[in-house]
Amino acid sequence: MDLGRVVGTVVATRKVEGLKGIKLLVVEPLNHKREVVGPRFVAVDTVRAGPGDIVNWVASREAALALEETFVPVDAAIVGLVDSVDVETRQ
Amino acid sequence: MRFCEVLGSVTQTIRHPTYDGHKLMVVQPLDEQQKATGNSFLAVDVVQAGPGDKVLVLMEGNGIRQILGIKQLPIQSLIVGIVDAAELG
Repeated sequence: MDLGRVVGTVVATRKVEGLKGIKLLVVEPLNHKREVVGPRFVAVDTVRAGPGDIVNWVASREAALALEETFVPVDAAIVGLVDSVDVETRQ
Repeated sequence: MRFCEVLGSVTQTIRHPTYDGHKLMVVQPLDEQQKATGNSFLAVDVVQAGPGDKVLVLMEGNGIRQILGIKQLPIQSLIVGIVDAAELG
């Protein structure tokens, strides 16, 4: 599980049966300082996130388990809208 | 399992229902010298760890599903132990 920021949406009309009705978003991965730590990717949305939101996302097999139909070709899913990240600053 | 330090916590009001009642923490992987290495990530906590604690993080989905007893669980990393001491031979 990692932090990420939603930066856009993706529309795909023709897709695999199991992906029908599922929202796709473009996410950039962040660390706790909200610095970008990797390339952007496409994730399915389970919490009605939108561009600009900081989110909690999961990858690999667990991503498909976030959906109602769990045997689907999905490798990244947004599972939470982050309200705040509380990290103590150290000297 | 990975050796990490807890940096802090994350609050998420709107979340996947399986996250209800679980504490979500930010953890930083450490190397054998207990120095930060790699990027921080998020982990669910079941051992009441707090900021500054050195912890063991399980990163195997099937093991996590067995511990929490839920078959369809989109949780990838779980804090399973607080490290008291680590020694290198």
